[in-house]
This record gives sequence, structure tokens and C-alpha cells, in this order.
Amino acid sequence: MRGYHDIGGLPLGEVERSQHDHAFWEKRVDAMLVLLSRKGLITTDELRLGIETLGADAYERLSYYERWIASKSRALVARGVITTDELGRRMAAAARADAA
Amino acid sequence: MSARFRPGDRVAVRSAYPPGHIRTPHYIRGKTGVIERLCGAFPNPEELAYGRNGLPAQPLYRVRFRQDQVWPGYLGGAGDTIDIEIYEHWLDPA
Repeated sequence: MRGYHDIGGLPLGEVERSQHDHAFWEKRVDAMLVLLSRKGLITTDELRLGIETLGADAYERLSYYERWIASKSRALVARGVITTDELGRRMAAAARADAA
Repeated sequence: MSARFRPGDRVAVRSAYPPGHIRTPHYIRGKTGVIERLCGAFPNPEELAYGRNGLPAQPLYRVRFRQDQVWPGYLGGAGDTIDIEIYEHWLDPA
């Protein structure tokens, strides 16, 4: 089976070569991976496996760093670094803070 | 580390399609190339992906392929090549 991410050689049109700035949250997501890797709490390969198993629909719908968040969350729960309940409560609190 | 191949050896990339985290690109499976160099030995990413240690470390080779043998109808130069780094367990003698 060919993974939906494994697109080498497929006809996908022009490559978008323009540069773009990263939002602050994207930089935080990137920095978080560096810190987690240094602490031995995740590997690049765990991150990649998570992205490669998001499902083709989610992979297409999510932006680059949204994929990272989805994959990282799953990997950290799988390793027992965080729990699903902790994650859910913190996400709800953040959503409330945003709405306020 | 005992490396099975030496620079100059002809190798075929295995035509295998298991699920999981695979670092061997789909487009190069089943193709034949030449060992360009041994890069070293590294924990197996297919195992690291599941939180295991990936040991023993697997020899990683840089393998050189002719572009006109990788891409059907390739229009570039006849001498064009592509180098891909591939773990030993994906290679057979050719």
C-alpha cells in the first residue's frame, strides 16, 4: 500500500515556492517538539507515524503544524506523558479563555 | 557493525509494502542501484516510530540510481542519477 504522504513522482502541479511567515503558535509547536525530543519523550519517527496515520482526509484538511499537534498529542498520550483527560480539560479551558 | 554491502555493489530495493512508518520511498521499491557509500548505522526508524529503541542499529547506505531507470519516459540527461539513503534490510544483492 502506498501512504497518502508518500507522493514522490505523482503529478501534483506547480510547486509553490513563495516564502511565508510562521504564526507564533506554529513556532511554539516547533519549539515544543525540540524540547520533547531532547527530553527523550518523543522521536521524529513517532511524530511521522502519527502524521502518516491521521487518515487521508485529515491529512489534506490540516495545515502543516496542525498535523504536528494532532500527532504529538496522540504520541504523548500513548507514552503516558499526558492523559487524554488532562488534554481535554486544558483544551476546554483554552477555548473558554479564547471566548472570554 | 557488520555491513553486508560495499561501495560499488549492485543492489535491488525490496518490493515490500507493509503498513507502518517506512523510510524507503514508494517510487524506489523494486528498482536496482549501486551502493555509493555506507553512511553509518542508526536505530531502525520503523521501530522508533512505535516507541521502541530500534536496536541493533541498522546499516544505512547511500544508493545511486539512474534516473532513466527510476522514471518511465525520463526526459533529462542520460547520465542523471538520484541518491537515496536506504536501510540495509530493504536491500537485496542484484
